[in-house]
Amino acid sequence: MNPPIRRFLNLLTGHMDGFLIACVAILILFGIGVLFSAADRNMAKVVGQLVNISIALAVMWGIANTHPQQMMRFALPLYIAGLVLLVGVAVHGEVTNGARRWLNLGIARIQPSELMKIAVPMMLAWYFDRHESTLKLRNYLLAAILLLVPVLLIARQPDLGTAILIASSGFFVIFFAGLDWKILAGLFVSGLASLPVLWSVLHDYQKKRLLTLIDPYKDPLGAGYHTIQSMIAVGSGGITGKGWLHGTQAHLDFLPEHTTDFIFAVFSEEFGLLGNLLLIFLYCLVIARGLAIASNAPTLFSRLMAGSITMTFFTYCFVNMGMVSGILPVVGVPLPLISYGGTSMVTMLLGFGILMSINTHKKLVKT
Amino acid sequence: MKVEIRDHRKEEYSFRIRLGASLVLILVFFAILAARFFYLQVFQYEHYRTLAESNRISLVPIPPNRGLILDRNGVVLARNYSAYTLEITPSNVKNLNQTIDDLSKYVNITPRDRRLFQKLREESHKFESLPIKNRLTDEEVAKFAVNSFRFPGVALNARLFRQYPEGQLASHFIGYIGRINDSDLDRIDEEGETANYRGTDYIGKMGIEQSYEKELHGKAGYEQVEVDSSGREVRTLSRTAPVSGDTITLSIDSQLEAIAENAFGDYKGALVAIDPSSGEILAFVSKPGFDPNLFVEGIDSQSWRELNDSPDKPLINRALRGEYPPGSTFKPFMALAGLSYGVRKPTDTIPDPGFFALPGKTHHYRDWKPGGHGMVDLHRSIVVSCDTYYYGLANLLGIDRIHDFLGKFGFGNKTGIDISGELPGVLPSAQWKRKRFKQPWYAGDTIPVGIGQGYDLATPLQLAFATSILASSGTAYRPHLVHSITDSRSGKLVAMPSPLLYRLDIDPQYLEDVRSAMMDVTKPGGTAVQVGKDAPYAIAAKTGTAQVIGIKQGEKYDASRISKQFRDHALFIAYAPADHPRIAIAAIVENGGHGGSTAGPIARQVMDYYLLGKKPQTPVGQDKGNEPSD
Repeated sequence: MNPPIRRFLNLLTGHMDGFLIACVAILILFGIGVLFSAADRNMAKVVGQLVNISIALAVMWGIANTHPQQMMRFALPLYIAGLVLLVGVAVHGEVTNGARRWLNLGIARIQPSELMKIAVPMMLAWYFDRHESTLKLRNYLLAAILLLVPVLLIARQPDLGTAILIASSGFFVIFFAGLDWKILAGLFVSGLASLPVLWSVLHDYQKKRLLTLIDPYKDPLGAGYHTIQSMIAVGSGGITGKGWLHGTQAHLDFLPEHTTDFIFAVFSEEFGLLGNLLLIFLYCLVIARGLAIASNAPTLFSRLMAGSITMTFFTYCFVNMGMVSGILPVVGVPLPLISYGGTSMVTMLLGFGILMSINTHKKLVKT
Repeated sequence: MKVEIRDHRKEEYSFRIRLGASLVLILVFFAILAARFFYLQVFQYEHYRTLAESNRISLVPIPPNRGLILDRNGVVLARNYSAYTLEITPSNVKNLNQTIDDLSKYVNITPRDRRLFQKLREESHKFESLPIKNRLTDEEVAKFAVNSFRFPGVALNARLFRQYPEGQLASHFIGYIGRINDSDLDRIDEEGETANYRGTDYIGKMGIEQSYEKELHGKAGYEQVEVDSSGREVRTLSRTAPVSGDTITLSIDSQLEAIAENAFGDYKGALVAIDPSSGEILAFVSKPGFDPNLFVEGIDSQSWRELNDSPDKPLINRALRGEYPPGSTFKPFMALAGLSYGVRKPTDTIPDPGFFALPGKTHHYRDWKPGGHGMVDLHRSIVVSCDTYYYGLANLLGIDRIHDFLGKFGFGNKTGIDISGELPGVLPSAQWKRKRFKQPWYAGDTIPVGIGQGYDLATPLQLAFATSILASSGTAYRPHLVHSITDSRSGKLVAMPSPLLYRLDIDPQYLEDVRSAMMDVTKPGGTAVQVGKDAPYAIAAKTGTAQVIGIKQGEKYDASRISKQFRDHALFIAYAPADHPRIAIAAIVENGGHGGSTAGPIARQVMDYYLLGKKPQTPVGQDKGNEPSD
């Protein structure tokens, strides 16, 4: 191969992680196949998703080529910008479907909570990194406040799904930063104890969703509808599934949101238990790779980021599949790399970009 | 240096321990998921397969029967009946126009049906099934049933229809239902009632039907049915029955209502009758009316235009939303204000030369009687309805005291009746004028307010409410149309509590002064002598006339020379029996001239029926000229 082409290929793949790329590619291909079926063979939707994927891949490549040291510089400004926008939403946000999530900036409508999915863990990781040599309990406390402010603002919108995801991403950073096990245990116990209080501040519709978990048939046309329909889809898939494009529940419009948050029901109906286990296995490979990268990361910032991104990815997988199979309440969390939608695709691949950047820039740090 | 490196190592070690712990946690959680999948897809597979694969399950909502609306004696004013409709699901039909053309071979589809269907299509969502023809005859049902195989996407459904058996009677406050539109949907969504309205196509749009929507609607049931691949129902798996809406019993007596409405004849106007001891509304008339049955299936544009463009404005609820100058019916309340503030004593006499002028001004505020009434005290000022007395009284009180006192009788505020859309009228004050017109209040503005003209505006409901407070010696009950609600499940009757609003602190002697004068209004020498003629019970009343056009200084009002639509409105308030009031009434006859001659007799017919059970011979409202006097 002549040198210019080699150099170009090097530039293109220099900061990519072959193993991660392979897993992600398989999952995305799976996703396109399921989407084609879920959208009733509507090519327009598939093309739209391909565009989303292209944009997300470009973002991933760009981030992977950015040195973690540079990323750190953006942590504080991103976090502050996100916080300002969230307050803006609380004051001036547009209300759609009873929730105040969007902010109209004149040029574009944005959903600041999406930005916070990356900005919050980055901020916390940066903060711990800065105080690495002198970490005390009060650093953890301040980190908890830095986390809780945006989480509460988002929960108030109300957007419980995003709030939970951001809360867990921040929690993972704090956990990996070495929060004492005893305090963790204490938090766990007091968390259990404060459940009744939490219950009382929930919105009525959120309470309804939780109650529906216990008995979806209590309100089969209302809050229980999604859960019942998706459980029928999953259950009727059996061991081997009905085969690609042969699902019935999704195609008869029984299933709502069957290209986005509930796409797993379509997958599960058509590919059965074996398909589900394969999917879990693929997700496990991605997670394992992420944990390995975290384990070998050179700085505290990159360790915390890698650990948090990987664990948040797991949270997405678990919450979405748990919700569709009826063991978790219905919250708006997409199935990573498979659900239709540009925002979630970009958020996911951006995370992988950071992982790759951490993994490919570590030698440079050591020298 | 050494220490730091060791620390670093330790830290990395601790971090890896945590990574390991996380991995264990992940595996545990994924194992839980796998177990759940195993349970659903292997253990429960048969169960879910029957639900989904061979015969697909579908949850069919069963809309509840809408509650009835009855009058106080149990006469049905709104009910449901069952009939077949032919419905099309547009998304399941290839060529819609062709299908409708083909259908018309078996079912009579009129151009109006097509227009309505077109309108529904534009307003509806893709998967809804929409009626192309309502209320099929038995023959049509049979014909279509035989040929239904030719029409995929078209179905015969048994549905309940709303019907208002009394037609125009009381249409203005019973209201009507209509198809649920997008703004209704938003509201249903906000109230968290979406599930309850699945399968319901209609919702209350006006009047009682709207205000008591929650009680009338009931709770939806549902059926789990198996459907085959073409969507046909195979069998029912389970059924949860819907809960019918509650029955609403009104305080209205439909006989009384009919008599009041008939009494108007060709006249336009409104009448409200209230039981002063409870606030229950006994009759609530707005003329002309309309047939609410037209609205139930969605009104076609032609009928709508006829109703909406009519100069008589039949769609306006005049009793609730008609704002009229109260005219001289304002005077008893003004008199009370004068007494309560100590501005005039009952025995004070005022000379009436036929006009009033502010000191130093030349403008004459004329009395209705040229030449005036001579010497007038409080009693006579009400009996003969002297204007000059009240011009002067208004000037003495000043607008803000008038505003404060008359406000206690409900003027200028909504009464809070249990249907929506009420207008508050206007009880002017200096502040009000600044806000409304950005102008200061002038002394000259106060004078006509004394006789219920100028900026004064009141609805018939407000006038009846004020009269009922007077009748009950100052006790105000919120006017309401619903007497009781019968729970459809338990059959238990829940009476609406009499909503006591407040008791006014007015000297009983002052009340007595005003009330005895009002009793003499219907006696010889009073402005409503013909209303009290031969009545076996005492009537306390006050007549009124509201100018529709202004009369120039020095000009004379001549009814015969003014075209009918500009003639004065006639007003009348009354309660009876005067010593122990059981009914308080306000009546307005548009362009009816003098209150004593048109509005009064209408009120008398209502009182006669309510107090004596006597039915009138002929309606009052015939088009005749009437003499100006007031």
